[in-house]
Amino acid sequence: MNPFFGFIKKEIYHILRDRRSLLILLGMPIVQILLFGFAITNEIKNVDIAILDYSKDATTQEIINKISASPYFTINQLMNNEAEIETVFQKGKVKAVINFEKDFGEKLIKYHNANIQIITDATDPNTANTISNYINSIVQAYQQEQNKTLTLAYQIEPKTRMVYNPELKSVFMFVPGVMTVILMLISAMMTSISITKEKELGTMEVLLVSPLKPLQVITGKVIPYIFLSVFNAIVIVVLGIFVFKMPIQGSLLLLGLESVLFIITSLTLGILISTVSASQQTAMMASLMGLMLPTIILSGFIFPISSMPTPLQIISNIIPAKWFIIIIKGILLKGVGFSFIWKETLILMGMALFFIAVSVKKYKIRLE
Amino acid sequence: MKIIGYIIQKEFKQIFRNKGMLPIIFILPLIQLVILSNAATFDIKNITFSYIDHDHSVTSRALIERFNASKYFKVLTDFPSESLANAAMQNGDVDIILEIPSFFEQNLQKEKKAEIGITINAIDGAAAGVENVYITQIVQRFNRDVKIKLMQPTDLKTQPVTISSIPLFWYNETLNYKTFMVPGILVLLVTMITLFLSGMNIVREKEIGTLEQINVTPIKKSQFIIGKLFPFWVLGISILSIGLLIAKLVFNTPMLGSLWLMYGFTSIYILVILGIGLFISNFTDTQQQAMFIAWFFMVIFILMSGLFTPIESMPKWAQMITEFNPTKYFVEVMRMVMLKSSNFMDIWPQFTKTIVYALIINGLAVWRYRKTI
Repeated sequence: MNPFFGFIKKEIYHILRDRRSLLILLGMPIVQILLFGFAITNEIKNVDIAILDYSKDATTQEIINKISASPYFTINQLMNNEAEIETVFQKGKVKAVINFEKDFGEKLIKYHNANIQIITDATDPNTANTISNYINSIVQAYQQEQNKTLTLAYQIEPKTRMVYNPELKSVFMFVPGVMTVILMLISAMMTSISITKEKELGTMEVLLVSPLKPLQVITGKVIPYIFLSVFNAIVIVVLGIFVFKMPIQGSLLLLGLESVLFIITSLTLGILISTVSASQQTAMMASLMGLMLPTIILSGFIFPISSMPTPLQIISNIIPAKWFIIIIKGILLKGVGFSFIWKETLILMGMALFFIAVSVKKYKIRLE
Repeated sequence: MKIIGYIIQKEFKQIFRNKGMLPIIFILPLIQLVILSNAATFDIKNITFSYIDHDHSVTSRALIERFNASKYFKVLTDFPSESLANAAMQNGDVDIILEIPSFFEQNLQKEKKAEIGITINAIDGAAAGVENVYITQIVQRFNRDVKIKLMQPTDLKTQPVTISSIPLFWYNETLNYKTFMVPGILVLLVTMITLFLSGMNIVREKEIGTLEQINVTPIKKSQFIIGKLFPFWVLGISILSIGLLIAKLVFNTPMLGSLWLMYGFTSIYILVILGIGLFISNFTDTQQQAMFIAWFFMVIFILMSGLFTPIESMPKWAQMITEFNPTKYFVEVMRMVMLKSSNFMDIWPQFTKTIVYALIINGLAVWRYRKTI
């Protein structure tokens, strides 16, 4: 038999024999995608807010009603003085306090101008900003209503269309990211110890005296894991579509091919880590510590890349997950064809080739 | 006591002997702290904005100029047609398209009413919501200015009412994300290092075969566990200290509360993480398995800690799960003590829960550890 196929067969036996690892590898992504798909969201809904109303008149009541009618906010309590704000924020449940100034309604009639303070607990700046903006837009809508009767009202009305995600669901933002990050980390982790394990257990010597060339050893290590990862990818995509109702605007075949490419890129990255590390422990720490946070933070999975400072936007280009997130969102949500994502595809391919080339180069054919 | 001392000595020697590991333990986390803290921001700015102006009038240009002047939008050149603009959006080059129809100015003057089309790429739903608010604000201000220009100043009856909302952001006035992220990312890095090292530790001895040698010595189970825990505990505390120093020097993160309280809580928190690590180590046969399981929990700890996305937005059942996430408590305490200068009484619930957690998990780890094979 061809020694290369013999080697692949050996690798497959290794994988299938360790039932426990296999179960973990196949089970983990399912649990994680279900958990994170539901839990990772930054939609604002039913946020607890408090009201500090110094004027208590018909106008303020109307605005309060408007706010409590919105699905975003629940009015948790009514306050009597400013000192209470500090106390409720310290407790942490109430995220914002709306403060109407004295004689609010009267001022609005007399001077056509009145003030509202929106005080938010900005220890979480994102939530604070969103809450502040939402309350403001409710107030603005009220103001516009009041001005409707004016004869001289010049109105430019924006007709807004939210494309790709009309209901502003945050699953559309996060599920593709969760799918990508899990697939990438798990694939890279699987191969990252494959060669170091042989080194540590002493079987590397046997491999080195075999007629297998470095490239064959490396590809032979990757190929069996491709099947495993493709299975994971299928499970992840199926869950994404059926559980999280991701739309499929584009071609599933294209998505499948791109996924295989992304899996290969991730697996070869793992192999690269494996060839340069001396022990399993080093390889694991490198792949866990080195990949986990950068992939989560720099890939655009949670934080929009366009908001990052320019040097970090440049660094984000070396994160393979970034490119696959663009591809998967493009195919599933925007329904684009290959002509829109060829650049991302080429980059992933280039990365995979680079990882293989460096692995082969760094692969030591002598034991130290 | 002497025996524990020897085990500790052995562990420290093993850590510092592995030259490949040292940079991963000490350098990598600190580099990540400095770099990633800058990236973790939800600030919505540099929104790529483009427009299709069918009207080419003074008013339409004035409206576009308003977007140009806003600090949130990065105005790209206009598109001559809708199809070109849509293609750019599909490509991902553009997030917002403003379409001004023909006769826009004429309609506004004659009928006092005109429409503009706004298309927002809403894949990031939360960002799209905020972008929509920004756009509405700009358009409303424009409306108001048009009105004021065309109105008699004395005509009070027809003057529109304005309600000015004044936003106040407490504890973080400038909405600086770094104040919030630096301590959080530091927590994650300390957690990762301690969990991974302890998780792989005993199982490594199992795999190499040296655990058998320890098992035949008179070392007691608890001595062994303590000897294994202590070095990693010291590592965790040192990385936290260096990280806090960087937070202060590089990011000037406010540290309003008591540092002693911080350290007190951290000492117990690290015990929880080490306990989880040892438990994983006892439970698995190979380093590979240990790593997979440690990874599984770590991703959950990170993503469900409330650091990146708020816990309040999660469904109720997921919020229940976060109650079992020690990292959630650590993130909360860090934030409360450092930014709100909360005292011991404020963090009392987190404190007790973490102590109980530490006792249970380490008890389990000791109980689960078998000196036989």
